[in-house]
Amino acid sequence: MTTTVRRGVRVRGLRRVFGERAVLDGVDLDIAPGEFVALLGASGSGKSTLLRALAGLDGEGSGEIGVPGKRAVVYQEHRLLPWSRVWDNVVLGLRGRGLRERAETALAEVGLTARADAWPLTLSGGEAQRVALARALVRTPDLLLLDEPFGALDALTRLNAQALVADLWAEHRPAVLLVTHDVEEALLLADRALLLADGRIEREYAVDLPRPRSLDDPRFIALRRDLLGGLGVRAVATAKEAS
Amino acid sequence: MSTDLLDPPRSAIPAAARGSTVTRSGAVLVSLLRRARKVIGLVAVLALWEAGARAGWLGSTTPPLSDVAVRGWEMLSSGALLENLGVSLVRVLKGLAIGLPAGLVLGLLAGLFRVSEDIIDAPVQAVRMLPHLALVPLFIIWFGIGETSKVGLIAVGVVFPLYINVFHGIRGVDERLVESARTCGLGRIGLIRKVVLPGALPQILVGLRLSLGVAWLTLVVVEQSATASGIGFVINQATQFLQMDTVFLVLVVYALLGVSTDLLVRLIERRALAWRKGLVAR
Repeated sequence: MTTTVRRGVRVRGLRRVFGERAVLDGVDLDIAPGEFVALLGASGSGKSTLLRALAGLDGEGSGEIGVPGKRAVVYQEHRLLPWSRVWDNVVLGLRGRGLRERAETALAEVGLTARADAWPLTLSGGEAQRVALARALVRTPDLLLLDEPFGALDALTRLNAQALVADLWAEHRPAVLLVTHDVEEALLLADRALLLADGRIEREYAVDLPRPRSLDDPRFIALRRDLLGGLGVRAVATAKEAS
Repeated sequence: MSTDLLDPPRSAIPAAARGSTVTRSGAVLVSLLRRARKVIGLVAVLALWEAGARAGWLGSTTPPLSDVAVRGWEMLSSGALLENLGVSLVRVLKGLAIGLPAGLVLGLLAGLFRVSEDIIDAPVQAVRMLPHLALVPLFIIWFGIGETSKVGLIAVGVVFPLYINVFHGIRGVDERLVESARTCGLGRIGLIRKVVLPGALPQILVGLRLSLGVAWLTLVVVEQSATASGIGFVINQATQFLQMDTVFLVLVVYALLGVSTDLLVRLIERRALAWRKGLVAR
């Protein structure tokens, strides 16, 4: 069912059933090489299920999935091994020479060279998530899967982390699928925002705003209203809370 | 390790701001007092023992500490204590050398593979319910009254605490860590080496500690009968001739043996689980 394509993502008719309920029911999804796609949807709409299918973590679905061989995932929790030092975590599963140097290079990109020898339990939430990003980037993935990676961060740390992801993506240009329920986050980062509902991609929004994007750009505000409408949030005044 | 879990964290706010004035020499005094406190309890018990026995409060069959110490010195210089201690230690070490690897391997197999769990776990759990000390008569009939039955019983007793803790340690490893390590490209062996075993290690060391305790306990029991050497033999003989100072001496030796093995495991823990110190000190 899962095939390896050179770059980019191609999904056709993906169906995944839990018990009686079809969480994914005929999902078609294309992500071009180097494209940043955000996947939005209400809680329980199957966003993470779709991401897990692309990551190869769920072999139970049916349909056609074509993904690049080089993939990396960043989860909501950092999932670093607490008994391995930070740099060891970054190059976990890699082989070859100069692993330490590769880890340090990746850590430099997220601004954490100084913590290379620290234990993960001594890191703050934001630092740990940056290490998780470095762990993903050091693999030079063609597809980067982000499963609500900023969900557990406080508001200020989240803004910094989002900016960091934007920079790293601009630098390395992997295809990205960002699962999120934060409309602003999707609009700040993505080329396209997809709305997942009733088991399929229900709507698609092209976000052709120049980068770096600003929250008070009128086109940004219009797009946000559109997306929130799609998510079923009517009152624009409460948009912030609802997102 | 000495931090009390329920203590508030040590504050960076100067002590003066918290309403007391502790100078630098005061701080030294405090740390000295803490050290002293650790000894005080022990010293008090020993002093009470000495005084109580001398005054006769503890009955005519309890020798004072000083008599026990003198007896200890005599037996040390005659070589009798070390000789018998050596015999006992060899018994325990042989038992551990058989039992610990067996418990570890069985626990690893059952923890890592469903097939071997199905085969191993049920019989092990069934046998575990049987107090292994109840096997003493059986082992004597099977293996005679020599070393084999003693070492064998220590080995059997040691298997189960380690087995259970290895097994549950492995099953307790966070599956999300396994999953994310797998997406990082780790294969089966890599997962076991880098994720499962380190994750299970704290629990495995708990099992080791319990197993060592069982080993000493079993030693005491198997040396109760049919032996002409070992510290159990020493205490038995002394009991028959009512040499109470020797009886107490052996009890002290048992206690010291237990304490020192526990310290050994703690030392291993401190080195192997250094990553957990991150919780306490940054």
